[in-house]
Amino acid sequence: MAYFEGIEMTGGYGNGPDIISSCTVNVNKGEIVSILGPNGAGKSTAMKAMLGLLNLKSGSVMIDGKDISKLSPQDRVKEGISFVPQSKNVFAGMTVEENLEMGAFLIEEDLKNIIEEIYNLFPILKEKRNQLVGELSGGQRQQVALGRALMIKPSVLMLDEPTAGVSPIVMDELFAHIVKVKKTNVAILMVEQNAKQALSISDRGYVLVTGENRYSGTGKELLNDPRVRSSFLGG
Amino acid sequence: MDFLNAIILLLNYIFVPALAYGSQLALGAIFVTLIYGILRFANFATGDMMSFGTMVAILFTWYFQSLGISLGVLPTALIAIPFAIIFMIIYMLFIDKFVFKYYRVQKSPPVQLAMVSIGVMFVTQAVVRIIIGPSDQRFFDGQKFIIKAREFKEMTGLNEGLAIKSTQVLTIFVTIVLVSLLFWFLNKTKTGKSMKAYSDNEDLALLSGIDPKKIVMITWIIAGILATIGGVLYGLDKSFKPFTYFNNMLPIFAAAIVGGIGNPFGAFLGGYVIAFSEIFLTYAYKKFFMYVLPESMEPESLVQLLSTDYKFAVSFSILVIVLLYRPSGIFKGKVL
Repeated sequence: MAYFEGIEMTGGYGNGPDIISSCTVNVNKGEIVSILGPNGAGKSTAMKAMLGLLNLKSGSVMIDGKDISKLSPQDRVKEGISFVPQSKNVFAGMTVEENLEMGAFLIEEDLKNIIEEIYNLFPILKEKRNQLVGELSGGQRQQVALGRALMIKPSVLMLDEPTAGVSPIVMDELFAHIVKVKKTNVAILMVEQNAKQALSISDRGYVLVTGENRYSGTGKELLNDPRVRSSFLGG
Repeated sequence: MDFLNAIILLLNYIFVPALAYGSQLALGAIFVTLIYGILRFANFATGDMMSFGTMVAILFTWYFQSLGISLGVLPTALIAIPFAIIFMIIYMLFIDKFVFKYYRVQKSPPVQLAMVSIGVMFVTQAVVRIIIGPSDQRFFDGQKFIIKAREFKEMTGLNEGLAIKSTQVLTIFVTIVLVSLLFWFLNKTKTGKSMKAYSDNEDLALLSGIDPKKIVMITWIIAGILATIGGVLYGLDKSFKPFTYFNNMLPIFAAAIVGGIGNPFGAFLGGYVIAFSEIFLTYAYKKFFMYVLPESMEPESLVQLLSTDYKFAVSFSILVIVLLYRPSGIFKGKVL
């Protein structure tokens, strides 16, 4: 059994139609798992379902063998699940350090050591610690967003398109950071548009089509699978 | 000597009164800006909430006076303020629970909440008028002047006197203390920072585990403190009349918008911008020119740019100009 899993999840937003049906995704600690698929396949929705942002009609979400399907997103944060949304994922009007402090809002103990760890992971943030995040570059902002999410020392980190809208160089840099985070024994689940790059750093991947699991396998397998290549990776 | 007289004249009629009036506006403007930044609507009940708080303070002041309690040279109203704040906060939380909360949970657009606040405004206005009546109430006691004009003249030998009212000094002193405490709270404490975070990005604040109910409650508590103290200071300095408080909403909103709505420090400075512009433009400068110009050039008219009846036009014009040319406020935009 995997550390964090969504089992046979079915559901949609409000009373609307089902966007994901019988979708199963799981991830272990120290592993990067990507969810790929065409537009509208329900990739982000699957992730949001695991975070508790939409109500499941059936299926369940488990962490470390514990059923958390009924918990609110805030309570799931307390279980060690951290989420980085695709857009508006930083407090733009606050400084880098304040962003990190807010990430650890639920932690009572002294934050100095945790903040220091984040600075070791993302050295550029230490340099810019007192700058407003709104004044940073796109890549730096994404690092702030990752740093904020890591402040609660999560066991699961979920990233919704972490490289959306950044240049290819910054994208490589961000992926390198994500691999560094993985090495701290965090389970990482991400939705990505840049499928090739994402798969090259992923341990496993899922390809969703119309809300259902279509293909799954290790990063390499998917990269080399001719069916996946022809439909999603551009031949 | 004439030049000194001219300066004293300006200090006495423009600078000191504007500083006091500006402080009173600043407290109201910070109240408007906090509610806008965190609860995300323009609270049209601001003026009447301030008058509610002041009314409670007046009732307590009268009660203390009847018991013979006084603070000597200081106004008795100062002892009444803490009690009035408690009542004000209870009233605000009550209104929030039974009126605003419903629309917040429904995620109504800000315009709808603003309309709802107009309803709250009418009800509050009615409550105040039923309890204390629509007429002028004076509740000031204690020593009125710190420096009297006549004493000042005798002391300095100048023609012009500088009168400083104790309420003016009190207003400025209390405002500085209160605003410093507020900024310390918002910028240095964890709760204050979480309010900034909530105002900046509500969804991310929720994902970080910040409790919105607590944020809303603290916002109303701070608003209650600001509204009561701002209202009482204004009432002590001038007089308490519910309609005046309603009217003051225009300069208060102008101050909040000049400072960039959602920005408390901007609102604080905005209060003084509005107060100084209002008094600069409505003061009759004849005497000033009599001092500084040679006798032959003495002005015949009052040299008053605008009659004091038009003082609201000043706030209104500033509001329009700012909204047309610098909608984000004259200070660099920054949340809470």
